[in-house]
Amino acid sequence: MKNIYSAVRVTDKVYWVGAIDWGIRDFHGYTTPQGSTYNAYLIMADEVTLIDAVKAPFKEEMLSRIKSVIDPSQIKYIVSNHSEMDHSGCLIEVVDLIKPRKVFASAIGVKTLKELYHGQQEIIPVKDGETLSLGNMNLTFMETRMIHWPDSMFTYLAEEELLFSQDAFGMHLATLERFDDELPQSLLEYEAATYYANIVLPYSAIVLKTLGKVTATNWKIKIIAPDHGPIWRKQLGWIIDLYKKWAAQKPTNKAVVLYATMWHSTEKMARAISESLAEAGVKVGLVSMNDFHRSQAAYEVLDAGALILGSSTLNNNMLPQMADVTTYLRGLKPANLIGAAFGSFGWSGEGVRDLEAVLKEMKVEIAAPSVSVRNAPNEGALQICYDLGKTIAAELKKRLSAN
Amino acid sequence: MKKYICGICGYVYDPDKGDPDGGIARGTAFEDLPDDWACPVCGASKDEFAPE
Repeated sequence: MKNIYSAVRVTDKVYWVGAIDWGIRDFHGYTTPQGSTYNAYLIMADEVTLIDAVKAPFKEEMLSRIKSVIDPSQIKYIVSNHSEMDHSGCLIEVVDLIKPRKVFASAIGVKTLKELYHGQQEIIPVKDGETLSLGNMNLTFMETRMIHWPDSMFTYLAEEELLFSQDAFGMHLATLERFDDELPQSLLEYEAATYYANIVLPYSAIVLKTLGKVTATNWKIKIIAPDHGPIWRKQLGWIIDLYKKWAAQKPTNKAVVLYATMWHSTEKMARAISESLAEAGVKVGLVSMNDFHRSQAAYEVLDAGALILGSSTLNNNMLPQMADVTTYLRGLKPANLIGAAFGSFGWSGEGVRDLEAVLKEMKVEIAAPSVSVRNAPNEGALQICYDLGKTIAAELKKRLSAN
Repeated sequence: MKKYICGICGYVYDPDKGDPDGGIARGTAFEDLPDDWACPVCGASKDEFAPE
């Protein structure tokens, strides 16, 4: 009988044995309309090794794919590159089932797995730069703390010139295609970007350091195998350059106008600001939190040079949709932004003040005075909004020419 | 004595607690931590920290 779920050959010695999650639509607050994959890999070395596991409900799918290549009880080593439950979910069960000789994780990975699963299994901590012989092949571990968890690490397989990068270079995209060259470029670019924006952005400084660390090893890398989405075998340079660009967060000629409205007044102000920016040649992401999801806002902010926040006032606070997205964006720590705040209010108007405080906390340089309008904006008020757009556009131009 | 916060992961170094796993006794001021002391959560170096 043929396995319905089979492994996919990556190289002569490495197989993808992960799982495809067609139905997942929310990843701890990050919306994933294209589902995802949990990638696990089998290294057919003298000591057969499994790199990462999958989310718990997909255990049988992974085991079936492994079985299409080898009896799982033949696996001698398991390496956990990342403790998050979408990769470690069935790890402890699988360890109990197949009884590998050894299980490895980073020092913090060992602690994290213990605190997540409270298992009795021994997991051996590996150090940054440590090597592991698989007999005819060798693994080298590189700690990549905070890309994107403290336990995260890369594993490099020298003989196949392959880097197992856990979440780095990943994307949430459920497909039957397994490789980058099999998918449309625009899809890869969008999904890689939104993944970076929602998951990796706060750790941009570490991304740049880590890319430097990898370059310094002189590792030959022909394939990057992440834990989500397609495997990079053709366009490694392209995705690495994108990561460098996103991590550098240089000022761009793009403004995100992010707002929520109650009775369309703040919306009218947002539109006036956007029209003005566009006329000044600035690329605009107009994001209404009445309609968009927070992770779409993050995607727009990724390559923005300006963040302009707008909100009505509800019961002495900014609107809850804005509280949601500003909390989310604050945590993502986008850098090098200029901004401003605006909004309509009925009588107290704390909304705009709340937004000013958020911008300050996010270290966004306030480049124009806030615009607050009582009730519905008249022509004069809309002109002031229009001028705000012009001011931001001029400031962006100045920053770009300075760079 | 001031608390210091890791700019990378948010870990708070509290001098009243020290960092026992890292061999740092209670009552050690941040300034007196060895130069090669690293954040116990994410491994960031001392210069990534800022006072609370």
